[in-house]
Amino acid sequence: MSLWEYANPVKFMALSGRVLPVLTIMSAVLLVAGLIWGFFFTPDDYKQGSTVKIIFLHVPAAMMAINAWVMMLVASLIWLIRRHHVSALAAKAAAPIGITMTLIAIATGAIWGKPTWGTYWEWDPRLTAFMILLVFYLGYIALWEAIEDKDTAADLTSILCMVGSVFALLSRYAVNFWSQGLHQGASLSLDKEQHVDNAFYFPLLVCIGAFILLFFTLVLLRTRTEIRLRRAVALANRRNSHG
Amino acid sequence: MVDLGKHATEVLLAYGVSIVMIIALVGWSLAQAKRAKDQLARQENTHK
Repeated sequence: MSLWEYANPVKFMALSGRVLPVLTIMSAVLLVAGLIWGFFFTPDDYKQGSTVKIIFLHVPAAMMAINAWVMMLVASLIWLIRRHHVSALAAKAAAPIGITMTLIAIATGAIWGKPTWGTYWEWDPRLTAFMILLVFYLGYIALWEAIEDKDTAADLTSILCMVGSVFALLSRYAVNFWSQGLHQGASLSLDKEQHVDNAFYFPLLVCIGAFILLFFTLVLLRTRTEIRLRRAVALANRRNSHG
Repeated sequence: MVDLGKHATEVLLAYGVSIVMIIALVGWSLAQAKRAKDQLARQENTHK
């Protein structure tokens, strides 16, 4: 059995219909558990005080803002190369989730920035790259809505997605390219010497897991919606053409 | 209740804004899913 069989909408609907309830419960439980752990049961930081609790929203949201775009890029490439409609619709479905994650990352970053840096916003490389990523998300969603022919829309949005990937990667690695920014380096690392203290590390991992599961849950739900809408339009067009 | 000290406003605002955005996204996605399901059911019924 090949993975490509799930590019068939019927098989995708059958499998996603079985997976979705499990994913929904897992993501809800993990999200509630992670946020309660982070908010109520972590200590204050000796420098930042209670604002360190914002990390449990800011870091997972920022990671998913970038990773959602990477997922859209992979799905777009599959569309361009193999012309599987489900992959184009999955990319379209992921964009509103990605833009929400970007907005959460920017908003929580600004709120966190005021007491920490003394400013809500600074044209720091990572912050600027995130703002550009937000504009790309807006453009991507607008382009899907602006073009009537859905295959043409999928083609053009796929190209836009490839261009935007530069900024998605830049938002991840900007702090490594330019040292003059306000934003610090990564909070997490596989090297245990570098990441945050365990008191924050473990609840942060739970929150990251929750955001990943939430992302996949919503992508499945929204892709199923797109497939249903596509089929409804096809049936309406067939009826109209038969008079 | 957890003591958030002098930064209570910032922390509560960050959690409030994020939770509202997540709930709005989930609610919107569920509403769209229901609308699409109903629309497809209507089309399929007219084709029977």
